[in-house]
Amino acid sequence: MKYLERRVIHGILLLIGVSVLCFLFSDLAPGSFFDEMKLNPQISSETVAALRSQYGLDKPLPVRYARWVESVLGGEWGYSFAYNSSVRSLLVVRARNTLLLTTLATLFSWLVAVPLGVWISNHPGKWYDRLSMGGTSLLLSVPELVLVFGLLYFAIRTHALPVGGMTSVGFDQLGLWGKTIDLVTHLIVPVTTLVLASLPVLVRHVRASMVEVLKLPFIQAARGHGIGPARLLFRYALPAAGNPLISLFGLSVAGLLSGSLLVEVITGWPGIGPLLLEASMSRDLYVVVGAVMSSTLFMVFGSLLADVMLVVVDPRIRVE
Amino acid sequence: MGTEAVGRAIKPALVKARALCKRYVQRAPFSRKKFVIDALMDVDLEIALGCLTALVGESGSGKSTLASCLGILEKPDRGEIWFEGSKVSFANSRELTALRPKIQMVFQDSAGALNPRFSAAQIIEEPLEIQGRESGARLRARACELMEEVGLSPDAGNRSPLEFSGGQRQRLAIARALALKPTFLILDESLSGLDLATQAQILNLLLDLQTSHSLTYLLISHDLSLVGQVADFVAVMHHGKIVECGSRQQVFSAPQHAHTKELLASVGVVEAAFRTAQVGGGQ
Repeated sequence: MKYLERRVIHGILLLIGVSVLCFLFSDLAPGSFFDEMKLNPQISSETVAALRSQYGLDKPLPVRYARWVESVLGGEWGYSFAYNSSVRSLLVVRARNTLLLTTLATLFSWLVAVPLGVWISNHPGKWYDRLSMGGTSLLLSVPELVLVFGLLYFAIRTHALPVGGMTSVGFDQLGLWGKTIDLVTHLIVPVTTLVLASLPVLVRHVRASMVEVLKLPFIQAARGHGIGPARLLFRYALPAAGNPLISLFGLSVAGLLSGSLLVEVITGWPGIGPLLLEASMSRDLYVVVGAVMSSTLFMVFGSLLADVMLVVVDPRIRVE
Repeated sequence: MGTEAVGRAIKPALVKARALCKRYVQRAPFSRKKFVIDALMDVDLEIALGCLTALVGESGSGKSTLASCLGILEKPDRGEIWFEGSKVSFANSRELTALRPKIQMVFQDSAGALNPRFSAAQIIEEPLEIQGRESGARLRARACELMEEVGLSPDAGNRSPLEFSGGQRQRLAIARALALKPTFLILDESLSGLDLATQAQILNLLLDLQTSHSLTYLLISHDLSLVGQVADFVAVMHHGKIVECGSRQQVFSAPQHAHTKELLASVGVVEAAFRTAQVGGGQ
């Protein structure tokens, strides 16, 4: 229990550190959201100054930080100048969309990577092992950008899939089944891109960990007892090969909120990615800080989850 | 050879290997170069029923490959293996399932040979469960019996194998091997890496079990002084071949092959060096 408490405290300290750095860096960047208004001859400099003062941007950095902390504790997470609403209400909707995308992508990549990696690890050097290794090398070398453009090109040429966005026009008029189908068809391009991008790393990790474990004498001993291949691979070898994979799983959970930025922007998926990009471009300070903080929160949660899973799965960690 | 012939005449062979060949080929990535290792070259070996046959040789001489082939963990490229009078090399999977319980191995690395995710009792229960020998409460009871038989307290059944000492882990590995009531036990460097006192205890346990369970042993070792004490027959391996084979007296007192003589001489050198070191340490 002490171990877990220590990890939670580490996580909180990390969150505080990231928020401080976020504020420091945003302060170092020149200009603010209201600077562009100065170029507009219809808005007087007094109005701009009044707006700056209204939103507290004329206050020194520590005061702004303290106000932001207060707002976080009050559940608002700061205020968006561009959207004229609290950052939390913006982030909640966007984070939900991003999570829908990335959770599905992570789920599918692991569902493919584990059985594939386990299977080929049991037959190293066979043609399907070489094919998988070649295929994953190729996928690893193709940038995410090319993958998503390739899939979008396919969607445009075949008209089989929608080209962008999350829903079609007239989504609200559809029934429950129609809505589901519409959402699923919109999900295919971004989810497939994310799966193809993360699959090679996962397959290679699963295979490498399994190949090492399958050489160990306890696996030989189990073979000598006449164990079936499925039981050998999934009951013996996979748990023993699990530790690095659990850490990797923690990382993939950590990346749930931040890993799909590029794909979201290109496919027009209304997630955190496009919001963060727009907010950075327009210097909507608190939205940027909010998006970075929620990604950090996931990072902390992901590594905490991996640590807890490791303790549960591997008795040795408790002993040590 | 006379003594060996007498020994063989009295004791029929439980395991026979004929002209076994095993080659490992490694190809460097993006290269046509191949690295070929001939681990076994036309190996003939007979292991007499109820005896302890020792297989000695330097590291990399092919001992463990031969053990894996005889333990049916690896398939030889060529050659035949006979067990209890029937041919087992290239047997189908159903025949192998029936055969595997009769041939068990105890490995050198006791920590690596026991599944770290299982408790001590689970480790012994697994082979029984896999083979469908026991189930339910009988499973745990049988595991406890076996733990007692190898000198471990059944109370330690819930402990992880990593909480045991090296000697205790090796006892656990022996208990697991005995669970399926094998007739042939391959001890692949099972006594290496243990201190002398523990080595002696495990050896005594193995010799007692040999009598009580009518076991036939193949002891793989590079420790000639150990082999000199316990083996009935000795086979010497060198570069993938068996260069000498016979009764212990024959091999130890009248070695024929140059490599055997070299090995025996090295024991003397090591012992002398050890004595010198002891004298030096005492000063």
